Amino acid sequence: MRKFRIVALAALAPLYAQNIVIQNATIMTVTKGTLQGSVAIQNGKIAEVGEKVMMPQNSTVIDAGGQYVIPGIIDCHSHIAVDGSVNEGSVSVSSMVNIKDVINPEDISIYRALAGGVTTANILHGSANPIGGQTIVLKMRWGQDAQGMIFEGALPGIKFALGENPKRPGNPPGGRGATPTVPARYPATRMGVEDTIREALNQAKAYKAEWDDYAAKLARGEHPLPPRKDLKLEPLKEVLEGKRYVHAHCYREDEILMLLRVADDYGFKIRTLQHVLEGYKVAQEIAASGTGASTFSDWWAFKIEAYDAIPYNAALMQKKGIVVSLNSDDDELMRHLNTEAAKAMKYGGLSETDALAMVTINPAKQLGIDGRVGSIEAGKDADLVIYDKNPLSDYAKVQKVLIDGRVYFDRDNDVKGRPAKVLEKQKLLDKEKQSQPKSAGGRGPVQ
Amino acid sequence: MRKLVPALLLLCAWAIADNPRTLAIRNAKIVTVSGPVLNQGTVVVRNGLIEAVGENAPIPAGAWIIDGEGMTVYPGLIDSLSTVGIPSLAPPPAGRGGRGQTTPTQTPTPTPAPVATPATTTAPVARAMGPEDRPATTSWVLAADEIDPSDHRIESVRSAGFTTTVTFPARAIFGGQGSIIDLASVQHAGEMVVVPAVGQYLAVSRGGGVFGGFGAGFPNALMGYIAYIRQIYLDAEHYKLLKETYAHAPRGMERPPYDRALEGVLGSKRILLPANRVVEMDRMLRFAAELQQPVILYGMREAYRPEAAPLLKKYGSPVLVSMHWTEAPRDPDPEAYRTMRSLENVDQGPAAPGLLRKAGVPFALYTDGLDQPKELQRAVKKAIDAGLARPDAIRALTLSPAEIYGVADRLGSIEVGKIANLVVTKGDLFDDHTQIEMIFVDGKQYKPAPEPPAGGGRGATEEPGVSQ
Repeated sequence: MRKFRIVALAALAPLYAQNIVIQNATIMTVTKGTLQGSVAIQNGKIAEVGEKVMMPQNSTVIDAGGQYVIPGIIDCHSHIAVDGSVNEGSVSVSSMVNIKDVINPEDISIYRALAGGVTTANILHGSANPIGGQTIVLKMRWGQDAQGMIFEGALPGIKFALGENPKRPGNPPGGRGATPTVPARYPATRMGVEDTIREALNQAKAYKAEWDDYAAKLARGEHPLPPRKDLKLEPLKEVLEGKRYVHAHCYREDEILMLLRVADDYGFKIRTLQHVLEGYKVAQEIAASGTGASTFSDWWAFKIEAYDAIPYNAALMQKKGIVVSLNSDDDELMRHLNTEAAKAMKYGGLSETDALAMVTINPAKQLGIDGRVGSIEAGKDADLVIYDKNPLSDYAKVQKVLIDGRVYFDRDNDVKGRPAKVLEKQKLLDKEKQSQPKSAGGRGPVQ
Repeated sequence: MRKLVPALLLLCAWAIADNPRTLAIRNAKIVTVSGPVLNQGTVVVRNGLIEAVGENAPIPAGAWIIDGEGMTVYPGLIDSLSTVGIPSLAPPPAGRGGRGQTTPTQTPTPTPAPVATPATTTAPVARAMGPEDRPATTSWVLAADEIDPSDHRIESVRSAGFTTTVTFPARAIFGGQGSIIDLASVQHAGEMVVVPAVGQYLAVSRGGGVFGGFGAGFPNALMGYIAYIRQIYLDAEHYKLLKETYAHAPRGMERPPYDRALEGVLGSKRILLPANRVVEMDRMLRFAAELQQPVILYGMREAYRPEAAPLLKKYGSPVLVSMHWTEAPRDPDPEAYRTMRSLENVDQGPAAPGLLRKAGVPFALYTDGLDQPKELQRAVKKAIDAGLARPDAIRALTLSPAEIYGVADRLGSIEVGKIANLVVTKGDLFDDHTQIEMIFVDGKQYKPAPEPPAGGGRGATEEPGVSQ
């Protein structure tokens, strides 16, 4: 009864941060080993981790006896919580559009991801363009409004895409290209993709020079007129200035090397290569460039450029010194990224910690938020997942998920609340049925 | 010429007889909206204006007297978002069975017909390459310049008690500015115009599916629309700066080219943005604040939700609520999954006006393509049954829209000096069996057109301002 009351309390009050102590758990910190003990949470942050911890004032106790606690899972590649299309596919360079403008905090996929232990996700524009839209990092704070979802302080990104997807609209036979009224879109080849990216970066360079010149004149005390602000080139200028991450969708080794060379030429770094299914072939080069890799565990052959994929990719790249994460790119897969991580143990023989790192601290590093999340350490955000069994097991179920020290998902409560919800819905369905006029198409005379 | 003069004189005499310049409706119940209801009073109209109203208002000599025994006089209704008067923007007639029926192949979109909809009669919109091109901007267009008195909808809507519409050239992202027009049957469109420019109409699209956007012009996804609009406002700001600098000291400065698209944007005193879901209300209110534009939101499908009123109140922007309430699908596929939200939309949608009223959010109702008197009656009745007091329902179609558009000094209530737009009924407005007896627009009397056969209703928008 006592346990029940505590659970109820924790669930009733997700809206204010409270002090919580999770006790008697197996704590997989990812960065500081695995231990039996407690995690103390104060003001939304992890206050202490250890076999014994100080109880913060007025703290609620969650008894996690026999259960496992891991850092909240981070998905480095997701398209959930987006209103409207994720692709502004009309143009080859759609850097003017921003996912931040179309966050849909009521997308049920957020709650489902949360129920799968995901607390943070990198929400990307689609891959229809060599240079796509601006991206944003969200916390899965289900129930908050769009602004409340945003991972405050996380550097925003931009999507680049190589290979089949961005060149397909240039190829009418591919099916999604030209129509009788709309001409095919350049580019139609991988060469064209490179050219499109270089051309856009050239424009951005000139644009940056214009603004730098303006700033210099201001600094000299002159009164110049400002240049026109161009929403397409603004984010690319930020890329050149290192103020915005590039997350590049890619598959083949040749295009991966191409992009690394382009970035080199323009003096910036690709932050992550996304999917990067042939990354294992050029792992050394990727590692040397300091670029992260975010890949699938064992998903391949779904298109021509994914034929050389192997499930050992993640482990092989990791062994070459690349920071590797495993992503979902999919609202269903997103719900069990823990088992995706486990696959890296089977294929490639990674340790539990290294596997878990691929869905926690590694994506955190790739998104530049590892100072805040990704492991269980004092001072970090209290984004935690409690599993009933070892999270790397198929049988593990998420029990509770905390973000910023608040319980946002509670399995017991969810299950308990279902009959009432079903009833509520049935009531509305019945009401609707009753209020509907009888169909006139039936038998009998109709006036 | 000799023959013409007597003919003209005759014509004048006929016109005066038909529509006297001075008239009085006496012994009628008068719902002034701005003041208390007069159970038995007189309204005097002269030269198209209300000259007097009161229990014992003196009737001038020579006035045409209408005995209002058993009748009620209301201010003429105002449709706060419409395309009436611009025939090319009339919605396509709905399929058999009237409104509420949407087949997959036919999505009626009367209020907005944004961007590349080749179905409309306007010239095809050129393919845009990015926000630097602006083929979907016709911001300089004024509805007043496009009003065609021969639009058959004028009579139909007027017969439902509407004397005024706020008509928008709703055919692009920046469609142009709306105008307030009186639904008079006149020779010259200019006589109908009350205010030529009241605000810029904006429409968006959500883009189709994950792979939406391939091949068509920019913008295509919702985020593209937002970027498009944002870039135009940035450009307008920059344009204004250049123009002002040049005006101040033209010597030695390259002349900034005249840009009618940006002139139209700069010349609009407010914008109308679509918002149906609470998420969209939040998004659009933030967006308008970012653009530093006074905004009216329209749509409001989810305004019944408890989150909506506090959110709207926080920003203080007025809203236009579509009276095309979400309806349950007819003969639905029993296998089809209905979300809780879609059920709530049907069940609670019409409660929105009552809730907004309680919360003190300024709102008006708009017909959203419904133009048959019976349909409108039913739609308003739904809101009344769901908690909107009858006087508030009347206000939301008269004085409130006048206030929202800043014309309450001439429209929206029965007050001395205001435009004589009146509806005279037998029975309470919006009741099932109420008959509209006559309508006055600018002091001229009209009889309602006979009801068309049932089932001739027009399709209304599923999502105002949003093309699928």
